[in-house]
Amino acid sequence: MGVVKGDQMILNIGPQHPSTHGVLRLEVMTDGEIVSQIRPHIGYLHRCFEKHSENVTYEQVIPFTDRCDYLASMNSNFGYVVAMEELMEIKVPERVDYIRVVMGELNRIASHLLALGVYGLDIGAFTPFLYMLRDRERILDMFEYTCGARLLYNYMWVGGVSHDLPKDFEKICIDFLDYFEPQIKEYNNLLSFNKIFVERTADVGVIPADVAVSYGVTGPNLRASGVKWDVRKDEPYSVYDKFEFDVPTGTGKFGTLGDCYDRYWVRMLEIKESIRILRQALGSIPSGDVHQSIPKKIRPPKGSIYRRTESPRGDLGYYIVSDGTPVPFRVKMRSPAFTALSCLDEVSRGWMISDVIAILGSLDIVLGEIDR
Amino acid sequence: MTLVEIKSAINSQFPGVIIDNEELGDHQLELNGDKWLDIATFMKEDPILSFDQLECITGYDGGEEAALQTRYNFHSMEHRHKIEIIISHDREEPRVASIEKLWRIGDWFERETYDMFGIIYEGHRDLRRILCPDDWEGWPLRKNYKGQELYHGIVVPKIKEEDGWE
Repeated sequence: MGVVKGDQMILNIGPQHPSTHGVLRLEVMTDGEIVSQIRPHIGYLHRCFEKHSENVTYEQVIPFTDRCDYLASMNSNFGYVVAMEELMEIKVPERVDYIRVVMGELNRIASHLLALGVYGLDIGAFTPFLYMLRDRERILDMFEYTCGARLLYNYMWVGGVSHDLPKDFEKICIDFLDYFEPQIKEYNNLLSFNKIFVERTADVGVIPADVAVSYGVTGPNLRASGVKWDVRKDEPYSVYDKFEFDVPTGTGKFGTLGDCYDRYWVRMLEIKESIRILRQALGSIPSGDVHQSIPKKIRPPKGSIYRRTESPRGDLGYYIVSDGTPVPFRVKMRSPAFTALSCLDEVSRGWMISDVIAILGSLDIVLGEIDR
Repeated sequence: MTLVEIKSAINSQFPGVIIDNEELGDHQLELNGDKWLDIATFMKEDPILSFDQLECITGYDGGEEAALQTRYNFHSMEHRHKIEIIISHDREEPRVASIEKLWRIGDWFERETYDMFGIIYEGHRDLRRILCPDDWEGWPLRKNYKGQELYHGIVVPKIKEEDGWE
């Protein structure tokens, strides 16, 4: 492609554009329809998360983490509290760990559902989006039942969780899973095996494994390139080592390994794995008090820690430096969507503008987390 | 590999670059920044170390008296070992070699650290601000940062000593 060289033209996509999933501006250098370079401009949603964190106490950082990745707030909380507990050497009761895994996996399903639905919307399939949002709504209802909030939970605290599981939560959750599991077949019929969708995504925007690793791409995007890496499996935190689940990787199902379809399909397979984890966890939640190991005052010892966890978008890392006071000295968030977006330029070169939309959607970025 | 083995591997190749610091944790290593590009190349390409993943770059300002630092978290997917490299910079003129060509994600991480701390990464091909606007003044995450009063005629909110945010 791109043998004929014509005049170069700069095309601006965004900041307000439905397919940029937020306020992202892409400065696209094009030769006709063919993209020769992309310069992403980010920062429109920069809210100084790291600067704010240096002015509030450790507990007060947690609501800020909610607002970074607003589609998977539970997992944002999860990463922060895991890092804090490792820094303070707190051992939480097993019940808390189980509840966290349940919430984290439910939120992963909700986030993937939105990612897949919106991806269909980007490509031009409207109906699957409504089906997936309908089922995501039931997960949000469960969160609301548990902690009162639908999107920004502030649910996981250092040393515990804010509320114990409400009455009959396990039963409600199992009922949901029983209803939800057959729905995946419906999604597949509607979207995954739809010929138009496959034609638009298969063989498009291939990320080879070495490029993905070099660009720090993680999570489903990395696994779609064939690298079997999952923090839940490879550096287990919380109680993830007690559950049996597979790490799905891309196979080039309809095209090349690491193409847009693989990234889509890995997410679909991950939903199934999350259901497996949920069924195991819900069946064996031990009893106990979820508040007993919450410290009265959070005052970590001097030192620093870098800990990463698996959020729906990839490796979510927190770098926390403590100087022995109740206020963090430095908090840094390593955001998975930030690293995923950085490879857009290299991956999109030589593709058409319409394919750039397909590639961008397949990376599943959240601008709140990129700009922090 | 343990930290001791990684340490001796780096030390045998580049004698004298490791700075002894009692305060560091057991996963951290402080290095002299003069030969950083060579050391980083060695860390990536040596088959025994083979750090193929640059997890994170964190800027760090220890306050007026202390150093300005860049902290790198590396991980090797092949050997499953990790290390944190710390490089201290001169406060007046913080400079260090860029590793953006070795790990491509270094590009954006270094831009972010430049944006927030004003650390200059020499050899970076496109070092400009990434989160703040291009014409923003000052380095926001430095401890002595004083925000500007107006930005293009818009009042910039300030922190008040007692009442918190205005």
